[in-house]
Amino acid sequence: MELSRRSFIKTAAFNSAMAAAAVLFPGVTFGVWKDNNAGSSSITWKKTPCRFCGTGCGLLVGVSNDRAVAVKGDPNCSVNKGLCCVKGYHSVQALYGKDRLKTAQIRKKGKLVDVPISEALDLIALKMKETIKKHGKDSVSIYGSGQWTIPDGYVASKLFKGCIGTNNVEANARLCMASAVVGFMTTFGLDEPMGCYDDIDHADVFITWGNNMAEMHPVLFSRMVANRKEKKHVKIIDFATRNTRSSLASDKSILFNPQTDLAVANSICYEIIRNNWVNWDFVKKHVSFFKGKTDIGYGTEDHFKFTDKLNPVDIDGYKEFLKDYTPEKVEKISGVSAKDIKYLASIYGDPTKKVTSFWCMGMNQHTRGTWINNLVYNIHLLVGKISSPGNSPFSLTGQPSACGTVREVGTLTHALPKGVVMSAKHREMAAKIWKVPVENIDPKPTYHTVEMFRALDRGDIRFMWIQVTNPMVTMPNLTRYRNGAKKDDRFVVVSDVYPTPTTDIADVILPAAMWIEREGFYGNSERRTQHFEQIVPAQGDAMCDTWQIIEVARRLGYQDKFPWSQENYIEEIWNEYIQFHDTPKHRMAPYSLLKQRSGVQWPFVEGKETKWRFNAKYDPAAKGKDFDFYGKPDHRARILLRPYEPAAEFPDRDYPFWLNTGRVLEHWHTGSMTRRVPILHAAVPEAFVEINAKDAANLGIVNDGKVKISSRRGSVVMKASINGRGNPPMGMVFVPFFDESYLINEVTLDAFCPMSKQPDYKKCAVKIERV
Amino acid sequence: MPIISYLATPNDGEKARLLSCLQSMDYCEAFGAENKDLIILVTDTPNEPTEKKLQQQLKALPALQNLSMAYGHSEHSNPHNSQEQ
Repeated sequence: MELSRRSFIKTAAFNSAMAAAAVLFPGVTFGVWKDNNAGSSSITWKKTPCRFCGTGCGLLVGVSNDRAVAVKGDPNCSVNKGLCCVKGYHSVQALYGKDRLKTAQIRKKGKLVDVPISEALDLIALKMKETIKKHGKDSVSIYGSGQWTIPDGYVASKLFKGCIGTNNVEANARLCMASAVVGFMTTFGLDEPMGCYDDIDHADVFITWGNNMAEMHPVLFSRMVANRKEKKHVKIIDFATRNTRSSLASDKSILFNPQTDLAVANSICYEIIRNNWVNWDFVKKHVSFFKGKTDIGYGTEDHFKFTDKLNPVDIDGYKEFLKDYTPEKVEKISGVSAKDIKYLASIYGDPTKKVTSFWCMGMNQHTRGTWINNLVYNIHLLVGKISSPGNSPFSLTGQPSACGTVREVGTLTHALPKGVVMSAKHREMAAKIWKVPVENIDPKPTYHTVEMFRALDRGDIRFMWIQVTNPMVTMPNLTRYRNGAKKDDRFVVVSDVYPTPTTDIADVILPAAMWIEREGFYGNSERRTQHFEQIVPAQGDAMCDTWQIIEVARRLGYQDKFPWSQENYIEEIWNEYIQFHDTPKHRMAPYSLLKQRSGVQWPFVEGKETKWRFNAKYDPAAKGKDFDFYGKPDHRARILLRPYEPAAEFPDRDYPFWLNTGRVLEHWHTGSMTRRVPILHAAVPEAFVEINAKDAANLGIVNDGKVKISSRRGSVVMKASINGRGNPPMGMVFVPFFDESYLINEVTLDAFCPMSKQPDYKKCAVKIERV
Repeated sequence: MPIISYLATPNDGEKARLLSCLQSMDYCEAFGAENKDLIILVTDTPNEPTEKKLQQQLKALPALQNLSMAYGHSEHSNPHNSQEQ
């Protein structure tokens, strides 16, 4: 039976109502849906993780006649337990936009023309060879993504780092979670959260730090709300710089001035110590104290370098450091009342309450992103609320495989699938598994993302291959990097599924097989690896990103390093890759098991997943009776003394407003997929600037009226939203970045955290004018 | 030829009655939640006059407390964002 167009639309209508019901009534189920399926005898259902955010919801995709026609939440997936958000329910429609890229294109005499994909692949290999010959190995680069599947990132790293010998490998996850990584590494010595989503079922209080989970991680937010509904004492506290849907649904909303979360976190620690709420037994056994460099800069200049230096301190030194952060002092800079700071401290300090802190871009896209990650860990470590059910400092991710691919495979300039290029031991391991001479792997990192695009502008990089990402929308201070990429002697290859502002600057476009049109793996925020098989055929000449890289590698002469057949290359790559992680600290599940389950959490040891790391009760790698922070040589987690320092740019007389950028529920990142889903597009058809009603009145701006937002770098004109979904305080405006018609990143600043190199998209100074 | 889905909330104690009414109406498919007082209604009408008439009939249902639209589709598509079918 072929599913008719109207049946397809009715399914979408039903799914939308399901999504709305799930938001309003967490846990609601519709058993009749099974009956509905039963009538569709020709539909087969296949499991996959969702294509969009880092939550990693399990989906069941209904397929009829080689076409994905329906979606439902996978009840066997512990992440979402059958629930999806509105993007997930409509995700398969993103496969079938009318302007899907199905043929390769090469720019000839300034115009992109269709060519056979083999011709495009030949040209890419030729250009890479010529560029390396003329300008050296570090003149070619690849820029991928947290949407790269694990095999995509793995073969990219193997080709560029192992075969060509350049560390010019970066990914857009640098823009979204690098601060989380460096936060984990500096505090614990190992990356990724120690807890898991089960913490949501156990916690008594949730504190969200600059994190609009109701829109960005709606399924997890629904689980929090469901927990609160079930257990009346459970509270959600929203600590943020603007009012959002999350604020509305929380028990208490506390606003702070941008950047001052650093001061508030220190003040909470001050209060915990002052009130003797410290878990001294935990601290004495499991924590050490260190102080790093201060006044560390913002990276706005080319070739910026920074290396931290840590010196040990004792608890008295820590107490002395915290004297600058009494609630009364911090109230003056943060705008948070001393009473509210004391309230937050009392929650963390209450030994009877299990507390989970969630954060995402608000803390990570921050010129002191590493520091604020460290500071929230400080709070949890002081009170010993960590690595046990419900007690969890939890960094969320925004992309489906930022963890699985970028963090675990190591597709960043300094990283390898295990460890870093600077380590001889790690280079030797990589060389052995990759079967390349160890000398091939350069011990020196090259460029992090912002610097990589600066290098492209300067001409230090001449060739860039961009896969599964849209940097000509997402790079901060965008105009410079777009102009740089368009220079005559630069060669840019873009692999994508739809035309975007990034394909607009491409010399070659490769049509990519999207998501379930190929086999792959993602890794979500809770260390869960999720396999998906090819469920529907790729469209036209579209080719899996992994296979594109293999084809080019073979043309470059590395056939023996990429010997796999198209029949089972994903399995073969998985089996090669997991050799890097074959220890109890990071062992990964076998391919056969991943095919069966809706994800498996690592470390996967002796048939068991590890839900809470660093706790001997749950983690086979942890030694002793209770906690073991084995990522550090002394087996102790670190409390790091990190001060408040101001933002790189802040409002002044000429540019009197903060600009904050971010996302909306209905669109995923740059909107290149979700804007092609009619219902999502109809829900939020264009970007807008949220402005406080009093500011709007003062400037004569009305709802939907045109507003010009200008910074020292650029300007954009868009409609105003007053008292809309989000409501910034006076002196701040908020703009979502999903709409390529309004490139807000021409306005933002390319300042970054000197430690993580992650840009701050949440703070720069702008002026607002009625148009 | 609109297709619309709604969340239908019954008056207290009237879920079964409302579900039965909706399931018996032309152009309607109704699905009751297993664990909440909530019904999903999907309507598929052949033209605008029928759609208007159906909406009037729905509004007149005594067991119905509230009807919230979740999805609406007509044959007018967005030229920039249409789907390949």
